[in-house]
Amino acid sequence: MSKVVSMRDAIAAHVHDGDTLVIEGFTHLICFAAAHEIIRQRRRNLTLCRLTPDVVFDQMIAAGCASKLVFSWAGNPGAGSLHAFRRAVEAKPRTLEIEEYSHFGMVARFSAGAARLPFWPLRNYQGTDLPAANPMIRSVDCPYTGESIATVPPLNPDVTIVHAQRADADGNTQVWGLLGVQREAAFASQRVIVVVEELVPEAVIRADPNRTIIPGMVVDAVVVEPWGAHPSYAQGYYDRDNEFYVAWDSVSRDASRLEAYLDEWVHGVADRAEYLRRQPSIIDRLTAKSAMSGEVSYGY
Amino acid sequence: MEWSPSEMMVVAAARELRDGEVVFVGIGLPNLACNLARLTHAPNLVMIYESGAVGARPDRLPLSIGDPSLVTGSLMICGMADVFQMLLQGGHIEVGFLGGAQVDRYGNINTTVVGDYAQPKVRLPGSGGAPEIAIHAKRTLVIARLDKRAFPERVDFITSPGHRARGGTRKELAMPGAGPVRVITDRGVLAANSETGELELHAIYPGTSVDDVRAGIGWDLLVRDALGTVNPPSSEELRLLREVVDPQRHFLR
Repeated sequence: MSKVVSMRDAIAAHVHDGDTLVIEGFTHLICFAAAHEIIRQRRRNLTLCRLTPDVVFDQMIAAGCASKLVFSWAGNPGAGSLHAFRRAVEAKPRTLEIEEYSHFGMVARFSAGAARLPFWPLRNYQGTDLPAANPMIRSVDCPYTGESIATVPPLNPDVTIVHAQRADADGNTQVWGLLGVQREAAFASQRVIVVVEELVPEAVIRADPNRTIIPGMVVDAVVVEPWGAHPSYAQGYYDRDNEFYVAWDSVSRDASRLEAYLDEWVHGVADRAEYLRRQPSIIDRLTAKSAMSGEVSYGY
Repeated sequence: MEWSPSEMMVVAAARELRDGEVVFVGIGLPNLACNLARLTHAPNLVMIYESGAVGARPDRLPLSIGDPSLVTGSLMICGMADVFQMLLQGGHIEVGFLGGAQVDRYGNINTTVVGDYAQPKVRLPGSGGAPEIAIHAKRTLVIARLDKRAFPERVDFITSPGHRARGGTRKELAMPGAGPVRVITDRGVLAANSETGELELHAIYPGTSVDDVRAGIGWDLLVRDALGTVNPPSSEELRLLREVVDPQRHFLR
């Protein structure tokens, strides 16, 4: 049975006030289209979780969607700060609760969540101030060697949103390029929305099963949204909009400019298709050049 | 040929890398240093990015650590669980690069907050992969510009442990890697004393003095008896930096 729905319907059905929400993708495949729809539907009191909050969560924080942020690196890579995040955390009292790990810690949390384990062990954090800042970073004595080893708790989101190059109507999802923690996050989640550049027949998936990172059995909804990751990117489809990321530093530095951005490009458009229609130049500027992979035989 | 302090820093960092090493690359100046090393004396450098690109050969300067140019033509792309659990914790990373807003006497690094954690004066980006790189890489190189506020006696928050961190020495805390063996600044290179773990002045850049370095450090810096002077950038190193590695001077200031 097809799981294909519109973005509006997917968010309305699966993202609720107060949810713990993950939109993953490490630089690559960050689903801005879903974030914008969540802002438009005015979700509130979300616990937002990502390794790198990135511009996507900076926008959601500015829009008032978030009450808590769980993260490991809150900057704008190569470009500066996430100023909505900083304003919220530097305010006295702060207006956003935070819970922070390192990347390894966040990856381990998703791994524990996906495996439905009570914690994940990692050799990390000794000598740092992170366990004092975040009491959820703890330790156990290894039952075999006695070594003290750090632990982090599982992260089991209510809903995870993953952007991908392609999927079939059942949600069998294929990704290439940087993989981040999307596989672990999807398996850890109660509900999963997959947003794709292209919907393909099941036969396309079956012709190259090694490229599938998320099987349809864990997917609840499939949304077809070309350019849905812009200003992030989709390998083989379009490049990262570095100009946008660099410009975000000055846009987000000024709360009123940030609000004007949200008014124009989030609340001021009905959906991603209109967002694209109103800035056709991004297609000329960012469409990827071709670099085809080699072919392999799956025969036996 | 004239050169800037940033160019000297990148060149000094590049020269610390040996051909064939496996290096965990950070964004910004470390990325420039690794790419310069690859184009000069270390063509077989294996560059690993925490985003999952192993053996990357980017044909443009990546603005972010997850740039698509890191993927095209790479040896391997893996998920981030593999990067941290198997490549880093598994002991395969020989060199890690770190930067930070504050670096202290023992090479502890702060990228989390200026001021108190609960009520920060300035909220910095946080950990990223730095704590685990600081703990696991066989050695780390730190790149930071000198300034008394950037080099305090003690950092406000230990994000990434150096030689004497919260609760003891690296040995007492069972850290696999050797920690920050060099701190490459814009006026000279600091090195950790192998016994005390304290950062000492190891070499200065041409045209700078010991006092220039001391002016940017918040503790009483020890100077090695055999203080060296770093060779200035060669014309070829400068040409590659300016024409190939960072032609738009995005990170070179």
